[in-house]
Parts: sequence; structure tokens; C-alpha cells
Amino acid sequence: MSKTYETVIGLEVHVELATKTKIFCGCSTAFGGAPNTHTCPVCTGMPGSLPVLNKQVVEYAMAVGLATNCTITQYCKFDRKNYFYPDNPQNYQISQLYLPICRNGGVEIETSAGKKVVGIHEIHMEEDAGKLVHDEWEDVSIVDYNRSGVPLIEIVSEPDMRSAEEVIAYLEKLRLIIQYLGASDCKLNEGSMRADVNLSVRGVGETEFGTRTEMKNLNSFKAIARAIEGERARQIELLEEGKPVIQETRRWDDNKEYSYAMRSKEDAQDYRYFPEPDLVPISISDEWIARVKARQPEMRTEKMERYQREFGLPAYDAEILTGDKAFADLFEATVALCGRPKKVSNWIMVETIRMLKDNGMDPDEISFSPEHFAKLVELADEGAVTNTVAKEVFELVFREDIDPDAYVEEKGLKTVSDEGALRAAVEKVIAENPQSVEDYRNGKEKAIGFLVGQTMKAMKGKANPGLVNQLLRELL
Amino acid sequence: MDLMSLTAVELGSRIKAGEVTAEEAAQAALDAIEKKEKAVNSFVTVDREGALRRAAEVQKKINDGTLTGPLAGVPVAIKDNMCTEGLLTTCSSKILYNFVPTYTAEAVRRLEQAGAVILGKTNMDEFAMGSTTETSAFGETKNPWNTEHVPGGSSGGSCAAVAAEECSYALGSDTGGSIRQPSSFCGVTGLKPTYGTVSRYGLIAYGSSLDQIGPIAKDVTDCATILEVIASHDAKDSTSVLRDDYQFTGALVDDVAGMRIGVPRDYFGEGLDPEVREAVLHVAEELKKKGAAVEEFDLSLVEYAIPAYYVIACAEASSNLARFDGVKYGYRTGEYEELHGMYKKSRSEGFGAEAKRRIMLGSFVLSSGYYDAYYLKALRTKALIKRAFDKAFASYDVILGPAAPTTAPRLGESLADPIKMYLGDIYTIAVNLAGLPGISLPCGKDKNGLPIGVQLIGDCFQEKKIIRAAYAFERTRSYEHSPMAM
Repeated sequence: MSKTYETVIGLEVHVELATKTKIFCGCSTAFGGAPNTHTCPVCTGMPGSLPVLNKQVVEYAMAVGLATNCTITQYCKFDRKNYFYPDNPQNYQISQLYLPICRNGGVEIETSAGKKVVGIHEIHMEEDAGKLVHDEWEDVSIVDYNRSGVPLIEIVSEPDMRSAEEVIAYLEKLRLIIQYLGASDCKLNEGSMRADVNLSVRGVGETEFGTRTEMKNLNSFKAIARAIEGERARQIELLEEGKPVIQETRRWDDNKEYSYAMRSKEDAQDYRYFPEPDLVPISISDEWIARVKARQPEMRTEKMERYQREFGLPAYDAEILTGDKAFADLFEATVALCGRPKKVSNWIMVETIRMLKDNGMDPDEISFSPEHFAKLVELADEGAVTNTVAKEVFELVFREDIDPDAYVEEKGLKTVSDEGALRAAVEKVIAENPQSVEDYRNGKEKAIGFLVGQTMKAMKGKANPGLVNQLLRELL
Repeated sequence: MDLMSLTAVELGSRIKAGEVTAEEAAQAALDAIEKKEKAVNSFVTVDREGALRRAAEVQKKINDGTLTGPLAGVPVAIKDNMCTEGLLTTCSSKILYNFVPTYTAEAVRRLEQAGAVILGKTNMDEFAMGSTTETSAFGETKNPWNTEHVPGGSSGGSCAAVAAEECSYALGSDTGGSIRQPSSFCGVTGLKPTYGTVSRYGLIAYGSSLDQIGPIAKDVTDCATILEVIASHDAKDSTSVLRDDYQFTGALVDDVAGMRIGVPRDYFGEGLDPEVREAVLHVAEELKKKGAAVEEFDLSLVEYAIPAYYVIACAEASSNLARFDGVKYGYRTGEYEELHGMYKKSRSEGFGAEAKRRIMLGSFVLSSGYYDAYYLKALRTKALIKRAFDKAFASYDVILGPAAPTTAPRLGESLADPIKMYLGDIYTIAVNLAGLPGISLPCGKDKNGLPIGVQLIGDCFQEKKIIRAAYAFERTRSYEHSPMAM
């Protein structure tokens, strides 16, 4: 390669909002549900039905806009985007083109290259489409309108990112902000957060942008990173061969690690946007903005500071716990029940994260209750069970949310501190391991460790290790 | 005694007094329909069984005192673009030939709550696109005064049904004159309320920013009474407005002393039939005699109303009618290849020529590169027209003019020249663009015996002023029954 290239990336991020009801009707937004059960005349596009705006959608959009330093458009409107597709029951989508609710914001990201601000061009509100299921066997397509009308915001960034690392940092930052606001759970794999990547390349030092492509179907951070690398390489190869990059939409296939052209600019649709006549313009007063601002929850930086101040946690703990809203929520709920903030923090940072990793799970998939978690922390901290037992019980709490008190009681796992019972076990171990006894007596201090271990094993890990040690020394 | 010759309020009071039952009224209407439908073709659907069953239910509620309103037990016909749960709703289009709604339009629901007995659904121009009721996929409706003439449109079925006395009153919808113009052609009274007064929920949209449901009846008293029932602030319609006053019948007083009436010169220019002109100016004279101050003035910009209207209404229609695609309900073509093939074929076969023309026009004016030149310019024109009316209403309480330039044309005369047909909407369209209320009521007949209507226009939310003026004029003449009423 004779030339060095710079990658220029902008993102369009769709986020499903966590409202209980849809954007323009009273139907439930709950995920799952038998097909077409969360529907009504409005979200199935029945003739004569009319949309009525869910105010919570406006408030969530404003909250995200304020948290990303955007200006709120105080007179904003909805527009119709016209296109034919069966998942779109009206054959138009109610969206915002001319006057989106938020504009001109940005978030700060941190990468190995340092800190930088990624600009946000706009955030607009719109409705989601239904879901098409293609039944190849029957050669038919089936439509489920449960998702039709679920509220979305689309966050359009400026073309400010230069690498996959920056893109991931930006997405993680957005996700964290939105999760903290409670505006969405932002799950890429379930589609409640979706990112389309606009990418072009140009020679380092050039000021004009190259021709960009838009990449869709990116379902994980890993896929996004791979797609960026793949598309960058594809475009550079074209340029090196003296071929033009065509402005088009491409679909990423993460299994094949390759993207396919979906449609080019030439056959791009004309969406014939025009102001939605069934909805009145939204007037957002200064007071309304102030109310939403006042209700903004504690964001990560504030939480990190508070954890150190209020709970005396090290900065490292505070950073990890606030790095995911699920950790922070679990931490706070558990500490409220059992105190012991540092112990709770340790259990989250070590055992919980290990279990998540081992099971390939995300933090928001944690399903055990703070109640059972708190009981376990208490049992371990009070020495009622040994560390070994505590770790075993935790795995069950993690997997099945068992009640540790009842379980430990039922299985008889409480630490044995009864000297009579322990003395018998220790005597048995001494009798069975003459070589180690010999070694110890000959001054090999290490040998006692082996003997403690053997005793613990005999006691199925329930023995009070301090007492075992003491008894061994006494009997030897 | 012919029950169908009574006004809705007269019939309602007789039912209330126990002189007539709701079942007898419904039966009389069904008999009239049976007798006249072949000649008039006002209805797309007649719900005989439903009407009789409903009449019996209503009568029971009247007997036990739970239904006491002025319209309880009175039979009504509903324009076929308003959804009625369980009852076929076609918009007079092949594309909805089998569409049975799962819910009832808010205005119709309010009528039902007041004890109305629905007889069926009336014929109209397909999707309310037309001025003659000839674009219906289910055959044209004929004018009850002379069956060789059109009844007007698009609410031609509703107006003809009232004039032919197949029902006591009807609901219509008005996007560019669709209540007032056919009322004028059929010699009945029709009122288009201020935009936002009657909920559009369940009205199958043509031009969403212009559509309004309104009453069609024999006289002003009926219209005010019906409007009082159907007007509401509906949370299901975001464009619905909470008004200060819903007591429209309070304006039924024969007193126009001191009322300022403006007569726009622009409404009496070229293209106006001299007989219509004379009859309409006679109304101004009568109101003057009763103490109103009548004055001519210039209402500018009216010539821009027609192009602005057709751009805005068609743009909205092109999007509103997109949902009729053969996927979820309605007509789907028999054989097709691939999804877009199904769309194209279903829509090509399902829509009539006028609907297609307006969808194409609307798609064109919204398309990239033309939006500013057409759609945006039309919106600006709309705002200027509203301003011109604001200026006029600073000086006048009511604006008086014709409802249409001519009396009802012969069948087949209009569709041959759509531009001419569009120009026929000149006196009604500006009212929709400005969101104003307007009423059309009979004021005479031409030499061929066809009715002439006068239009009274009020400022936004000033229905009471036009009702008062209309009522005062109505006192000067008696209602003329159409030949078909006999």
C-alpha cells in the first residue's frame, strides 16, 4: 500500500424506548407475546384510525437529548416517511425529518488515543415497524404487528469517529447514558439498540470526505468492529485498484464476515416526507425542559463519586460497579439490605463477573435477587460458612436464585466449629498420613497445609479452618 | 301521515311523545328505501335486520326513560367512509369491497349513544374524491329532483337519501365542499363544522388536514341538533379541539338585527349561473329586511384556493391511501408475482380512475425536487387564505355566497372534463383550507326545477352565527320536498 488511509465513520443508532405503551396507541410494548396480540386499529393501520402521541416518548427523547448536550427543539413536528413494505401497516412511518426533537449535541469518549467529543447531529422520534417472518416451507410471509408502533429514537452522530475502537467507545457511552436514564435497556442482541454504520475512507490529510456506504444488520459490538474493519479494507482495495466506491446500503453477514450490497443510491427510494397532518406540532416550554432536567437520575460520574464518599469504596471498585447499570443497581439494592459495601463490591467484582464470563452472559442478564445475594454475603462475612462453601452456594444463587439460608440449613453446610467432631477428624487424618506427619515433625512447615486440606476434605469443606489448624498443631 | 316527510327533530318528538315507535319509524324508512333505491341508488349497504333490531332496543330504552334525547329512535344514514363495527364500510371503492371494521367512528358512536337507528351506509365518490358521486365503484347516485342529474358529491348518497326521504337525516363529510355542494344540488341543508369540532376518529381519511364530518338534514334546526350530538373533544383525535360552547341549538332564533353580513364580489364573478346569482342575492335581501347590515367586499386570493386545495388534499391522500395494498384487508388481485407485483396489481385493479389520478398528483407534488415548488407553496397559500378570511371576519359576522356556480349537472357531463369539475368547487374549497364552518341551505330553484343553495360562512368556532343567519332566512320560505319524496 503506497498511501495511508483514514476511516471516517458516522453512526445512526436506533433505540427502543422503555415505555409501557406504544408511541401512538395504548397497546403494550412488552417483548414476546403471541403474534398480533399487542395490537389495535391504530398500530395495525386500520382505515380511519388516528395516532395520539405518548407523552412519555417525548420526555425520554428530551432526557437523552439533555444528557448528550443537545439543544431541545421547542417547536417540533412529526413527518410521514412514505414507503411500501408489509411490516409497515400504513405504508408510511411516522418519523421526524424537518424539526427533530434534539439537535447539536455530543458525548465525550475515551480510547487508547485519549479523549474526544463525538458530535450528535440530531435525535428524532419515530415508530418501529412490525416483524416479517418468512416461511420458506409454506412459501408465505407472516406479519406480526406486536412491535409495530413501539417507540424509537434515532440518534444520528456527526462523522466524527475514525476507528472501530472509537465507535465501540461511543456506543458504550450512549448505552450507559440511556440505561442510566432508564430510557431503554439497549440490548443489541434483542434489537432494542441497533446501529447502522456510515463509513468512508480518504487519504490522511485530505479534507474532502470519500464516498460512504451504509452498513446494516449489526447485532453485537464484535460484529460492528468486524464490519468496520471489513468495509474499510474493501473500500481501500477498490481505491487502490482505481475503482470507485459506490454510495450504497450494504448488509453485513457476520458469519461470512462479508457485506453485500442491498441497494444503491440510484434506486434509493424517494420517501416523499411531509408533515404528519394527524398530529399537532409539539410545543415544549422552558418549564417542561426544566422538569425533565430536574428528574434526570444520577449519572455515572456522580455515582462513582458517591460510592467512594458514601460507601468508602476504592475508586477502582466504584468504576467497575458503575460501568454497567445492572451492577450499580445490584450493588445498591444489596447494600440496602445487608450493609457491608466492600464485601458486596467484592462479590460482584470477582464471583459475579466470573460467572457472567463463564456463561457468556451480559450483566443485564443477572437474574438473582438482591435478597438472596445479601443473605449469602452475610453468611460468608459472618463465617457461618467457609469461603469454599460460600462460592458453591453463590453459583446456585447465580443460576437458580436459591435462598442461601434455607439451602445451607437443609444441606448442613454450616461451618463445623464443634471441637469434639473436629478432633476425631484430625486424629483420623494424622493416622492416615504418617509421611506428612513425619515431614512436619522434621521441620517441614508446609506439610501442615496438606494436613489441613485433608481434614477440610474429610469435613466436606465445612470445617472451621482456624480451629483445624490449631487442633493439628496441638495433636502433633 | 308520512313519517319520512317529517324533520328529524319532529319525528324524534313524536317518538318521545309515544305517538310513533322507533320500530315504526325504522320500518317506514326501510319501506321508503325499498321503494326508491332502484331510482336513486343512495345506499351502498342497507342493514334491514340491524336497523329493526336496533330500533327495538332503542324503543325499550325510550320506554324505560334511559333515552330522552331529541334524536332517540330517529333513523339515520351514514356516509360509507365512516367506520361502523360489523357493518361493511367501502368508501365506495372496490379496494374496500369486503371491509368490515372492528370499531365504530366516534361521531357515529355518539349518535348511537343518543339513540340513533342506523339504516345503512350511503354512496359517495370513491374515497370522497369527486363532486358528483359518479366515481363510486357501486354505481352513481341520482338526484331525487331529476334522476337524469347528479346529486353532487362527494356526500351525494347522504344528500340524496335525505332529499328522497329514505332517512330522516344523514352524516356526510366535507373536505372541499362535499357536504355543502351536494346539499345545494339536492335541496337540503348541510353543515360543515369548524375543523376539529367533530372527531375524525374512524373517518377514513382523504385529506386529513381538511376532512370534517357534519350533518345533512331537511332544515337548520335538525343540523344544529345533530351537531350538538356529534361534536366533542375526543382524546383519540389529536386534531380535535376543546370548544367553549357546544350548545348550537341556542342559536336557533329568528333575529339577525345588527348582524354584519359580507358579500364577497369574488364569489359573484365569471362562471356563476345568473339564476344561482339571483337566488343567492335574494337571501341577502331577505336578511337585510330582517335588520342585518349587508355589504359587498373583496375577498382576495380565492382564485388560488383551487390549486392549493388540490395539491394539499392529493398529497395527503397519496399517503392516506397507501395502506390499501391488499395485504391486510380489502381487495387483493388473484394472480401476481412477488410482493411489489401484488401491490401494483391489487391497487391498479382496486382503485378507480379519479382516485388514481389524485394519488399520482399527490405523489408527484411530494416527490423530491418538487416539494418546495408545489406542496410548500400550497401550504403558504393556505396560510394566506386564512389571513384573508381573518381580515374579513374582523368586519363581518357571516360571509354569504353561492355553494356552487351552477345547479346539478346532468349525469356524465362532469367526469369528461376533470378540470371543469375541480373548478366547480371554487366557492366551498377556501372554507376547508381556512378550517372555517359553513352551511348550505336551499334558497330557490332554477328554471328546470333544480334546487339552488346559498352558503353562509363563519369564522372559526362561530357556528352559532351562521346557524342564526340560516335559521332566520329559512323562516322566510317553506321546505320543498323533492319529487322523489312523494
